[in-house]
Amino acid sequence: MSGGVDSSVAAALLLEQGYEIIGITMQIWDPGITEVEGEHVGCCSFTAVEDARRVASQLGIPYYVMNFRDIFEEKVIKYFTSEYLRGRTPNPCIACNRYVKFEALLDKALGLGADYIATGHYARLEYSPTHGRYTVRRAYDQKKDQTYVLYGLTQQQLARTLMPLGEYNKEQVRKMAGDLGMSVATKAESQEICFVVDDNYRNFLRDQASDIQPGHFLNMKGEVIGRHQGIPFYTIGQRRGLGLAGGQRLYVVNIDQEHNTITVGTEEAILDTDLIAKDINLVLYASLTETLEVEAQVRYNGSPAPATLKLLEGERLHVHFQNPQRSITPGQAVVFYQGDYLVGGATIERAGSE
Amino acid sequence: MRRVYFDHSATTPVHPAVAEEMYRYVNKTFGNPSSVHFFGREARKAVEEAREKVARAIGARPEEVIFTSGGTESDLMAIKGVAYANRSKGNHIITSAIEHHAVLENCHALEKEGFTVTVLPVDADGMVSPDSVAAAINDKTILITIMHANNEVGTVQPIQEIGRLAREKGILFHTDAVQSFGKIPVNVDELMVDFISISGHKIYAPKGIGALYIRKGVRWLPISLGGGQERKRRPGTENVPGIAALGKAAEIALDNMADEAARLTLLRDRIIKEVMENYSNIRLNGHPTRRLPNHINFSFEFIEGEALLLSLDLQGVAASSGSACTSGSLEPSHVLLAMGLPPEIAHGSLRITLGKDNTEEDVSYFLEVLPAIIERLRAMSPLYHKVSDDCETCAKTWCR
Repeated sequence: MSGGVDSSVAAALLLEQGYEIIGITMQIWDPGITEVEGEHVGCCSFTAVEDARRVASQLGIPYYVMNFRDIFEEKVIKYFTSEYLRGRTPNPCIACNRYVKFEALLDKALGLGADYIATGHYARLEYSPTHGRYTVRRAYDQKKDQTYVLYGLTQQQLARTLMPLGEYNKEQVRKMAGDLGMSVATKAESQEICFVVDDNYRNFLRDQASDIQPGHFLNMKGEVIGRHQGIPFYTIGQRRGLGLAGGQRLYVVNIDQEHNTITVGTEEAILDTDLIAKDINLVLYASLTETLEVEAQVRYNGSPAPATLKLLEGERLHVHFQNPQRSITPGQAVVFYQGDYLVGGATIERAGSE
Repeated sequence: MRRVYFDHSATTPVHPAVAEEMYRYVNKTFGNPSSVHFFGREARKAVEEAREKVARAIGARPEEVIFTSGGTESDLMAIKGVAYANRSKGNHIITSAIEHHAVLENCHALEKEGFTVTVLPVDADGMVSPDSVAAAINDKTILITIMHANNEVGTVQPIQEIGRLAREKGILFHTDAVQSFGKIPVNVDELMVDFISISGHKIYAPKGIGALYIRKGVRWLPISLGGGQERKRRPGTENVPGIAALGKAAEIALDNMADEAARLTLLRDRIIKEVMENYSNIRLNGHPTRRLPNHINFSFEFIEGEALLLSLDLQGVAASSGSACTSGSLEPSHVLLAMGLPPEIAHGSLRITLGKDNTEEDVSYFLEVLPAIIERLRAMSPLYHKVSDDCETCAKTWCR
């Protein structure tokens, strides 16, 4: 329970369905600052704990704060920082779900004798006899759908997970919270990275890593055309904030950690029909046959596009899109669907084919 | 669900007779003890009667007892009050590694003001050795502060021996007796102490009231300044209901001490015996015999203390994993670390502290729900399989 509307209503819904509920807030990160009234300090701050505690006591359920700081630092913060330092763009929510929420928290829950963990994610989970698998389907509320960050879940994890909000939209959830008299009903959405205090990931990276060096911007011909502030501060497809003069619109096309250079080019240069991914997890199928037709999505807020998957040697995956995709970004996830069903996903290594 | 309260070192329920006494001073006798009129005199009488009761309970004179808001404030007043008053004599303070944070943090704060602090180690039972105190004393030493009974593991320290040493050398001696007061005899002359911190809510009085014993004639300065209350030693209008409650609770504790200690010792030893006999890879933390009559602290190896604690809570058994003042922090217990336990074990301890309403039935209930929890948590622990099963024949291949 984050103290937000979604997890609060999820708890209330399950309680109503007759489940015996234990509320848990995960303590994951100590921002090292004193909270100032009215400042956004991420989802797991002291006020979040107070909100969650209030909701739990209103629901009359046992409530605990559990500390996951060590594993969160190891599996999320270090990954987040090192990916940026390598010139890649990480997705910390996917790492958190995979190693912290649905692994470490699940373990603790089982230790308490619980049968399931439940979250306020917007996704529909169920066992499908036709597939012989625990499946994940897009949420009823397309705008809130969070299946993109859930592709890493294993069958064992899904078998132990409930997401009761999958059938509702956000307005309904807010209304339920209001009807239950929850003070969190009107709380603002938390979209930002929960451990980055001022919503400025660049400052966070500066705190975490001292050796970020400025370097050169190159054009597509390899000529130096400007100076960048350090590769972690840029992402593929970025146009704003480059500080480059010139008539045409320029986008980040490539980030080269080895030479500490960033190549920029025109819009065509950030379009590609192919990508190579690794670290594959499949939800809908036990294994991948030779090729598979899917709709693939290369970022959280992206749209799924028709694509063909082909397994390569060394547990790698080639994804070929029918139409070119913008800003295929190393480190981000490519997630596959067939209609509503989440097929699985993988981590993007690079754009292009073999 | 049956509810069993096994966390009396964290706090205790208010005794009905104490609540009744307190209510009188919340309700009818509301005066300010400093007022000259009838209402003030009535309140003053309550405060002075309570002072006598507390003084009697520790073998002190009433004027040597001042009321505070609790153990933490008493510790602060004793430590800083001695330090500031004796600065011209010296700047060295001796304490131990297992003190409550209220003592340790105040000692460390003084280090920033030019004082030096020796933090003595303890042995595997959590005992401070008087020899180590003797060895640490130098000609700058102005204060020794060693707790009477440890809050986390229940070990009772050799206060008398340390007190004798301190007196021989003319060094002031403070003991935090928050956990021992009311449970075992605390006598200022037998223990040879100059300052004692005590707290109300550990002895069936409410929270927010405590006392500090200051031996007559010692060099000490008040920390807070204001009116003339408590002979200017602790200004501020007296917490009359709290003070009356503490007096009553001290009186009851003194009257019942021998019988209650004997009764709790039986319950304590039944739990220790049955748990130690039924499980392997378990240790009793703290001294086996020189411990508080109500106090048990176990480490179950291969089990996280938190998981055990929460599982017990879900079965209605309220225990703790060390000090309530440090719950929520993920630091392993500084007490268990000081006793030489490895960090992974210092993380996972279970403290059971018994009290006046606990019965044989409570103990039976606890012993009944414990096995399933231990079994479940150990079944989930890969490390446990490595020590307990023969890996060649074990089906649980996931732990290899």
